[in-house]
Amino acid sequence: MKELSPVPPDALAVEARDLRKEFVRKDRKRGKRRVAALEDVTLEVSRGECVAILGQNGSGKSTLVRLLSTLLLPDGGSARVFGYDVVREDKAVRRLVNRVSVEASFFKKMSPSENLHYAARFYGMTLSETSGKIPEILERVGFPPDRRTEPMENLSRGMQQKVALARALLTSPVLLLLDEPTTGLDPRSKLEVQDFIREMRAMHDSTIVLCTHDLGEAEALAERVGILDRGRLLALEPAEELMARFEAKTLEDAFFAATGRGFEDEEDEMDAEERKVLA
Amino acid sequence: MRAVARKRRGSQAEAWHPRVYLKHELIGLAGVVERNVYLTRRYIYWDIAFFVWTVANTLTIVFIAKGFEATGGSIDVDRATTTLLIGAVVWAYLGIIFEFLTETVAWERWEGTIEYTFMAPLSRAMHLGGSGVFAVLYGLVRAILLFIVVALFFGLAFEDANFAAALVILVVASVSFFGIGMMTAVLPLISPEKGAQLGFVAQGMLLVVSGVYYPIEVLPGWMQWLAKISPATYALDGIRASILDGASLGSLWHDIWPLLIIGAVCIPLGLAIFNRGEVYAKRHGKLKRSG
Repeated sequence: MKELSPVPPDALAVEARDLRKEFVRKDRKRGKRRVAALEDVTLEVSRGECVAILGQNGSGKSTLVRLLSTLLLPDGGSARVFGYDVVREDKAVRRLVNRVSVEASFFKKMSPSENLHYAARFYGMTLSETSGKIPEILERVGFPPDRRTEPMENLSRGMQQKVALARALLTSPVLLLLDEPTTGLDPRSKLEVQDFIREMRAMHDSTIVLCTHDLGEAEALAERVGILDRGRLLALEPAEELMARFEAKTLEDAFFAATGRGFEDEEDEMDAEERKVLA
Repeated sequence: MRAVARKRRGSQAEAWHPRVYLKHELIGLAGVVERNVYLTRRYIYWDIAFFVWTVANTLTIVFIAKGFEATGGSIDVDRATTTLLIGAVVWAYLGIIFEFLTETVAWERWEGTIEYTFMAPLSRAMHLGGSGVFAVLYGLVRAILLFIVVALFFGLAFEDANFAAALVILVVASVSFFGIGMMTAVLPLISPEKGAQLGFVAQGMLLVVSGVYYPIEVLPGWMQWLAKISPATYALDGIRASILDGASLGSLWHDIWPLLIIGAVCIPLGLAIFNRGEVYAKRHGKLKRSG
């Protein structure tokens, strides 16, 4: 059972070669057409590294995360996670990866504790394992004990996001994919989440791919910063080198120099994930 | 701390042994059952309301037997009432199986959890199997309660009934229903807007050809041919024979073997269809939440 092999010690955490993903877009004027969400992206992430990917809405960040987490099939190129191909060895990849996205997605009528118990079962954790571990993890992410049994729908977005982080931590992922985990959070919750990401790396030896809008967050957490623009990876290097290369004082200036557009400008194109996809 | 993490990785590596792998799969299956227990508990008033609606709906059907006699027709009212009741109960049971399996995708898409479920290291067979196991258990409880309530309402006596044989037939038929349910569960995956409704269409089509309230002999020839490959036909026939005539399991073999064969075909076929639907959804980016 090759796909059930353990983590190879020398493999790169992420290795993408000419990775490409297209969606079919419906347009009244132009009819059906294929739009590239990712175009020939090549990148390598070493084990234990934290890499931030910066990009506007629709730049392809979420598509990259979905490809690496086996939720999308690429239209070209290849991607490997710790040596396992995301298409051919998807189950081996799924054992090593977890993800926190901008939407903290849960069964809203179920409590945080119930949602975590359910999620943990999918990773082979028994009731005896989770009954002790879940309260411990919820405490670590700063979730109030007296609200563990409330339905998720009664919780603030910040609290829901803490539960999402707890869900990811529960499965001890070797590769953690963070897709705008702090978007929409208040400053305090944002800092708490950032502290938690640092803790994940320190305690769990996790490799982190962080897709974010937040330039400060990228600079503070990541060893290397990538710029993804309209599906193309324009740069991937330490923040200082990136700023030096573009003779910029800030990451925002570097982003502007690399893309020719301001970081906060919205793209004309809809987010690739939001595009109307047709059969 | 890193040493602790590496130790955990070590135990993760041990998990690749086939026996441990199977254990993980079964824990995952139990997780789906556990989730549905949580949700049923949270939505208990919906369930009660839906049960009351099902009872009322069943009564409207079963009263037809009394109505026929009242308007001058000549029938064995108790036998006709039981025949209709069995049809209505099987309809309700099948509805629950299909609903749970179709909602495996539709509900998760609505809640936004579908991506987390599909990126978990659980095989699709166990994922859907968990929904199927819960659906069968929940459906059996609901069907038995429905049968008892309506039978008491009409004061039906079942002196010769062989309820154990009826239960066995229903459980054996559930394997086929589960397989067909997997085929309908794929519909919300490939068509987020219309998929769940198409599941109800499939349920209706299955029952209309299976003699749910009438003998299949009254159907047009082409529908009778379809009745022969519908598991509901054999389920209804066997359950009616065991409850109305007290037929033993041995004498119901002519209903059981087709159910076993249809089940043996439907499960792998349902899984294969679902897997193809999953590939399609991943190719076209349809796993993302919509609605």
